[in-house]
Amino acid sequence: MSLGHTILGLLEPGPRHGYDLKRAYDERFGRARALPYGQVYATLSRLLKNGLVEACGTEQGEGPERKRYVITEAGITDVSRWLTEPESPASYLQSTLYTKVVLALMTGRPAREVLETQRAEHLRHMRELTRRKLAGDLADQLLCDHALIHLDADLRWLELTASRLDELAGKVRA
Amino acid sequence: MSTAPITAAAPDAGADPRAEGALLAATDVRKGFGLTQALDGASLEIGPGELVAVLGASGSGKSTLLHCLAGLIRPDAGTVSYRGQDLAGLSDSARSALRRADFGFVFQFGQLVPELSCLENTALPLRLNGMRRRPAEERAREWLDRLDVADLADKRPGELSGGQGQRAAIARALVTGPAVVFADEPTGALDSLNSERVMALLVTAARESGAAVLLVTHDMRVAAYADREVVVQDGRTREPGRGR
Ligand SMILES: Nc1ncnc2c1ncn2[C@@H]1O[C@H](COP(=O)(O)OP(=O)(O)O)[C@@H](O)[C@H]1O
Ligand SMILES: [Mg+2]
Repeated sequence: MSLGHTILGLLEPGPRHGYDLKRAYDERFGRARALPYGQVYATLSRLLKNGLVEACGTEQGEGPERKRYVITEAGITDVSRWLTEPESPASYLQSTLYTKVVLALMTGRPAREVLETQRAEHLRHMRELTRRKLAGDLADQLLCDHALIHLDADLRWLELTASRLDELAGKVRA
Repeated sequence: MSTAPITAAAPDAGADPRAEGALLAATDVRKGFGLTQALDGASLEIGPGELVAVLGASGSGKSTLLHCLAGLIRPDAGTVSYRGQDLAGLSDSARSALRRADFGFVFQFGQLVPELSCLENTALPLRLNGMRRRPAEERAREWLDRLDVADLADKRPGELSGGQGQRAAIARALVTGPAVVFADEPTGALDSLNSERVMALLVTAARESGAAVLLVTHDMRVAAYADREVVVQDGRTREPGRGR
């Protein structure tokens, strides 16, 4: 994800201090992983250099987190372009799982176990996400659903591959 | 309903030892319909308050297993025991009394009586157990409220959306405080948002009341609401997480 654009977006409604930005980010988008302050600072320096934000005064005290930042016109144009452009859909054609299955078949290891171990792990993780979703607010629900729907797609692929494993084994060993 | 075959062996012979602590257990159950062997050695046990997903392809025998466990059909061979008691040893009337008192049912659709209001439908299991109308309807209303459909109490099933109907069906399944709820594809006819909402309500309500749930589904996102899974394939069961 583009941290620069996210920070610009958080600055658009009004100026914020560096630390304030980190807090706003963590609250909305950092549920899986909080943002290290160093990364906020590095990103702000880059945005500053590119003229997408400006410093607008400093509070009493020491350190970069005391600086206030405001988005520039160029910054608004930039975040606006990012929001309206579609993300490129991930191609999914590089698959570690597929590679593992083929290598297991090539080396005479139990490929079906590779699939079953993965299936169990996926399902375990899906149960965990579902519990979290049940206890969570709308943001948790939407984030967990995003993960759950992707894991569900993987499970369907695992099932399909399991049912064509003999066919694949024939091709791989040919 | 078919009659049980006469078996010479003692009822406990060959029973799965793990079935002993279980609330409800099927052990090596077989059931045929004409030439179709719907169940061919299926075993499953569920503990108090446990939520078990029953997965498997269409036609694999999931519903037949559920019906055997609920005492709705009698297996050709194998045993089904509830709280340690073999269901085959009960008379038909004792079995239906057990179903009314201890079991709740949610199906894909069509389980509500079309001529009755939502409230009357929800109160029905209590009325059948001999409760008077007023207290039965009071409790039914509380359950409709827990499932967020109290405002639909006076509507007929035909006036409800799919998701609303399933909520009323869940209220009806839980109103008697059953020990086991049998849910056969409860979200099978719902869109994904309604399916999520109905599952969240079903799981929360069952957990709060301590009911065990047997959840038949072929949707892994629905199965993820359960504590564990049993897979049915060609009438046989397997439990991937338990190494068998
Ligand atoms: N009452 C019945 N009469 C004849 N065949 C049946 C009956 N019930 C189920 N079957 C058959 O038994 C098999 C298992 O059915 P079922 O338990 O309904 O599968 P599932 O619920 O997994 O889709 C299927 O081949 C089905 O056609
Ligand atoms: Mg079925």
